[in-house]
Amino acid sequence: MNPRKINRTKLPRFAALFAVGVASLGLAGCDDTGGDPRVQIGANPMLPAIQQYLLPPIRIARPVPWGNDTPKVSQELQIHALAKGFEHPRSLYVLPNGDVLVIESNGPKAPVFRPKDLITGVVQGLAGAKAKDANRITLLRDSKGDGVPELRTVFLDHLNSPFGVALIGHYLYVANTDAIVRYPYEDGQTSITDKGTKLTDLPGGPIDHHWTKALLASPDGSKLYVGVGSNSNVAENGMEAERERAAIWEVDVATGAHRVYASGVRNPTGMQWQPETGKLWAIANERDEIGPDLVPDYLTSVQDGGFYGWPYSYYGQHLDPRVMPQRPDLVSKAIKPDYALSSHVAPLGLAMYTGSALPAQYRGGAFVGEHGSWDRTPLNGYKVVFVPFSGGTPSGPAEDVVTGFLDHNSHARGRPVGLAVDRTGALLIADDVGNTVWRVSSAAASSTSRQGS
Amino acid sequence: MKHITLAATNFRPVDGPRSDNLAGIKPIHRILAPFPVAYFAAALATDLAYWRTAEVMWERFSVWLIAGGLVMSALVALAAVIDLAFGKQRPAWVRALGYTVAVLLSLLNVFVHSRDGYTAVVPTGLMLSAIVVAILLVYSVTAGWTLTYRRGARP
Repeated sequence: MNPRKINRTKLPRFAALFAVGVASLGLAGCDDTGGDPRVQIGANPMLPAIQQYLLPPIRIARPVPWGNDTPKVSQELQIHALAKGFEHPRSLYVLPNGDVLVIESNGPKAPVFRPKDLITGVVQGLAGAKAKDANRITLLRDSKGDGVPELRTVFLDHLNSPFGVALIGHYLYVANTDAIVRYPYEDGQTSITDKGTKLTDLPGGPIDHHWTKALLASPDGSKLYVGVGSNSNVAENGMEAERERAAIWEVDVATGAHRVYASGVRNPTGMQWQPETGKLWAIANERDEIGPDLVPDYLTSVQDGGFYGWPYSYYGQHLDPRVMPQRPDLVSKAIKPDYALSSHVAPLGLAMYTGSALPAQYRGGAFVGEHGSWDRTPLNGYKVVFVPFSGGTPSGPAEDVVTGFLDHNSHARGRPVGLAVDRTGALLIADDVGNTVWRVSSAAASSTSRQGS
Repeated sequence: MKHITLAATNFRPVDGPRSDNLAGIKPIHRILAPFPVAYFAAALATDLAYWRTAEVMWERFSVWLIAGGLVMSALVALAAVIDLAFGKQRPAWVRALGYTVAVLLSLLNVFVHSRDGYTAVVPTGLMLSAIVVAILLVYSVTAGWTLTYRRGARP
């Protein structure tokens, strides 16, 4: 027996196997840098080939404080902080009397299913996304409309990762991550102590990967539309975990009964009625880990019964090989979204502008709050953009409206999330890293133009 | 078993009394060396199950098993270093290289298995798992779980 001799004869075989193994990983020549996002904005985004990773790219912007700085706007606009010192303000809602609700929320704790989940947790911590969940709604009252609130109260406390809010008549509906709860509300009320009544359960834990539940009331107040995000990046937790998720629900306000209004929308984080056509529009966050320029997040009209591809395909019929078994029957009817916002920008706020206080070019279009990428080089998003509309559809490239969330070292001073238009017609922006609510108004009018309420 | 027999017979009188005692110590890494092999072989089994069923549970088993195998491999490496330093052992380069290649492929494999969805396993992950197990089986059959020789022993 001479093991050394035996092993020596095996050596070339090991080398060959090793070479095959490495070659099969397709490492050679991978370019991890994303291209110009502008080619992925609009109705026909450029879609590169799928790229699969050994080490998925992570490119986070470390948080730094704003100090006395503010985000940047064009000369026609001005921006200042409406209020500071929040705990992870995530979305905004303006009540009919002009009071601003700031929803402070940060989602439930994510479970660890794979070693990767441990690392994801650390990365989110570094990006400042692991702050304590305040589970609270704060009220700001600025009766003079000068952008300086004279009253700040805790409006509703002890919620469960709230995100969407909608007022119908004298009832305020709050979308916690696991249920819609109804509270009686009277004009001018500055806090709610009522325990609330559950209208319906929503898909929550134990995974609850995309936890935000966006909420929009129908104009007649009979229905609530709920954005329910997927329970995974691309169905890696199994399709049984995705039941009635990656969908927009229509909930009957009277009975709490629901149906899936549209499906295959990976994470619908904001919904609005398009003012000209009255159609439902939504922003959605698309999937990760197949390249810096895949898949573009989007803004789209939402068709009743429409299927938008997730997880089987993206942008219509582009198949995702990570999903097995595939569903050709669903893919064949997958709708291509109307307007791409470019990849990994993470749109989390949508406001169709119907006010008149901001310069004329903003009327009838859509503001989108782009929280910013965490897995793309160079960084993308971290700004509020404006998509012009004409005849009820987007009519041109998105333009930057509020920037400067990143400093010159690519550190994040803030990240824009939810948007709302206040009673005076100014644009409000929740910033969940800067823990601030920003107010953008017209530089000329200097907040004197009121829409009345 | 052959190594132990040789050590017990104390057939190298030139080493002196202290060395005789140390020469009688079994290499520690030999006790640990089978663990990664068991983990990686189990991962191949769960990979095959995932390939046939596309059931997420199997993929999760696989990635934890590979990660566990890597942790055990680190302990084997640590033990082998201790054996080399204090245990009158010298490296068996070819075996150690084979074992190391298998562990490095498993390191690649844990990243492949950390992808989302079906391509975490099929085809690259499954292939890597099979190659790793093949290498380790050859190693375990021919080398009796050791990565070293007793210093002075004829290989």
